[in-house]
Amino acid sequence: MKIAVCVKEVPEAGAARRIDPQTMRLDRSGEAALNAFDVNAVEEALRLKEAQGEAEVVVVSLGPARAVESLRKSLAMGADRAVLVSDEGAAGSDLVATAGALAKALEREQADLILFGQQSSDSDGAVLWAAVADRLRLPMISQAAELTVADGTATVKRQTEFGYDRIEAPLPAVVAVSDAINEPRYPSLKGIMGAKSKPQDVLSLADLGVSADLVGEAGSKTEVLALGPPPPRGESRKIEDDGSGAQQILDFLVERKLL
Amino acid sequence: MAALVFLEHHDGELLKGPLGVLARAASLGEGEVAGAILGAGAAALAPEAGRHGAAKVWVAEDPALEAPLPQPRVDVLAKVVEAGGYDTVLFAASVLAADVAAGLAARLDAGLNWDLVDLARENGRLVGKRPALGDTVVADVGWKGETAVAIVRAGTFEPAETGGGEPEVVQAPVELEGFSIRAKMLEQAHEEQAGPSIEDADVIVAGGRGLGGPENFALVEDLAKALGGAVAATRAVVDAGWYPYSAQVGQTGKNVAPKLYVACGISGAIQHKVGMQGSHVIVAINKDANAPIFEFSDLGVVGDLHQVVPKLAELVRAKKGGQ
Ligand SMILES: Cc1cc2nc3c(=O)[nH]c(=O)nc-3n(C[C@H](O)[C@H](O)[C@H](O)COP(=O)(O)OP(=O)(O)OC[C@H]3O[C@@H](n4cnc5c(N)ncnc54)[C@H](O)[C@@H]3O)c2cc1C
Ligand SMILES: Nc1ncnc2c1ncn2[C@@H]1O[C@H](COP(=O)(O)O)[C@@H](O)[C@H]1O
Repeated sequence: MKIAVCVKEVPEAGAARRIDPQTMRLDRSGEAALNAFDVNAVEEALRLKEAQGEAEVVVVSLGPARAVESLRKSLAMGADRAVLVSDEGAAGSDLVATAGALAKALEREQADLILFGQQSSDSDGAVLWAAVADRLRLPMISQAAELTVADGTATVKRQTEFGYDRIEAPLPAVVAVSDAINEPRYPSLKGIMGAKSKPQDVLSLADLGVSADLVGEAGSKTEVLALGPPPPRGESRKIEDDGSGAQQILDFLVERKLL
Repeated sequence: MAALVFLEHHDGELLKGPLGVLARAASLGEGEVAGAILGAGAAALAPEAGRHGAAKVWVAEDPALEAPLPQPRVDVLAKVVEAGGYDTVLFAASVLAADVAAGLAARLDAGLNWDLVDLARENGRLVGKRPALGDTVVADVGWKGETAVAIVRAGTFEPAETGGGEPEVVQAPVELEGFSIRAKMLEQAHEEQAGPSIEDADVIVAGGRGLGGPENFALVEDLAKALGGAVAATRAVVDAGWYPYSAQVGQTGKNVAPKLYVACGISGAIQHKVGMQGSHVIVAINKDANAPIFEFSDLGVVGDLHQVVPKLAELVRAKKGGQ
């Protein structure tokens, strides 16, 4: 079995994030890391591989050249191979442009199962899988809290607004997992050492046969027109707990007449 | 503008979210506003859509549309957009709607903007308001190309009766792709009535993954007891089986607006925020000073909940006992 996992490099959690008012794009110059939600998808792929005995796990990403560093974390966890689609022309791609380029990279892999994370922490879209599945003409199930793969079928338990559904789809299929599906492992020292020597292919749009007018800003059908501040909100206080945190909450509740 | 609104329904009722979007689209006051109701019982719901602003309602009741799965709905909506000449397709965020919207955007090669908290017409163009980066900025977003697809954040617009009459009801063309009907619903969710109701509680103490394990919900329960409140949870801990779904707050859980909401070990994801942002006072305890929850808390304590929560329960009891 072959499992592809779509992963993204995002600004590191806690790093100051800003949209560049010139380009209207997220400033990606700061510290970056593998999207935490995608670590769950990598973990799930590794667990399936371990359960099946034999499988190849390949991570696939669209992002800047330096994203190789972030992809290496998945290799250190145990993924076998990384494919990064990186091209100046792809910068600023929106959902449909990203889906098109990613679908091309995934077509080359012909994986039996394509996993996605819950959402990218920089866009909170939680939608890309549906666009990619449509491009690939594959069945798709999202928000998987549990996933089992047996006899060529993926079965998912997932939450909606009304409780839990159980859905199945024959492979090949696209499945997006929730952040509660598993507790991801930490890469071992051996894993980290071995990651560098695992295959890491960097592909250009030309390599994939994606024409330049379908990606980047040219291929995007959405645009940011202006940036403004969020609506004002009431006063907010943030304190460090130096041992008096509980007392300070109590005083606050009394002050607000909640106690 | 010719807008089509995806009208999701459950248990024989149209959902409030898309009805609110319908009302908002109608209030923009330009061009046709239509609805699409797909699945069993669709036709019977058309009059209600008419009262909420749809001049025309596309309906389809094919058996393949019975289960609330996204891909066959993409097939139908793509044909409706073509047949009806719509330039705008609007969705209210839900698990189903997000997947339909993104699939449709790919199919039509259209722009998709999501998480919108308002829609406006500016200089003849549709403009969406999109909070980003943990709601720290608000972007005005637009669309290029023939069709605009948008997902509105959960709970944004209230439904309103627009005084519209009986809508024109049209059968939507149903031509399904082979891949669209390969996923099968084995067991469909039904709202669980069991468990305590948190919607009416004045005080809610909520626990997230920061608790570290299901056994630590005892800390949250004890604080809730001291405060005389109810216990709530995030999806992450409900999905993990630490706490029942009936106690979940957020987009796919309950909507609450208590006088006091105490968030313990909760990061403050947008999908959680939409279910509790109406709370009068929000107190957050989180060990990560950068957690998004602090952006919308009245009082944030950066600290270990294992220290702060039990101590607070003790102080509350002492205070109440001493009164
Ligand atoms: C379509 C969709 C619908 C969704 N619907 C919902 C919904 O209805 N409700 C919902 O809640 N989520 C929902 N989510 C999920 C949401 O995006 C988040 O994944 C989820 O809310 C995270 O839960 P959490 O805050 O418990 O966990 P995490 O995000 O993992 O946060 C845990 C927090 O605990 C803190 N912490 C850790 N240890 C300690 C300690 N010792 N002391 C103090 N703090 C500590 C950490 O710093 C962290 O901030 C939905 C997602 C999608 C895509
Ligand atoms: N640039 C990208 N390259 C590869 N996978 C991505 C990319 N962006 C998003 N994804 C995947 O799509 C999921 C949902 O992303 P989003 O819809 O942007 O929130 C993520 O969790 C990743 O699995």
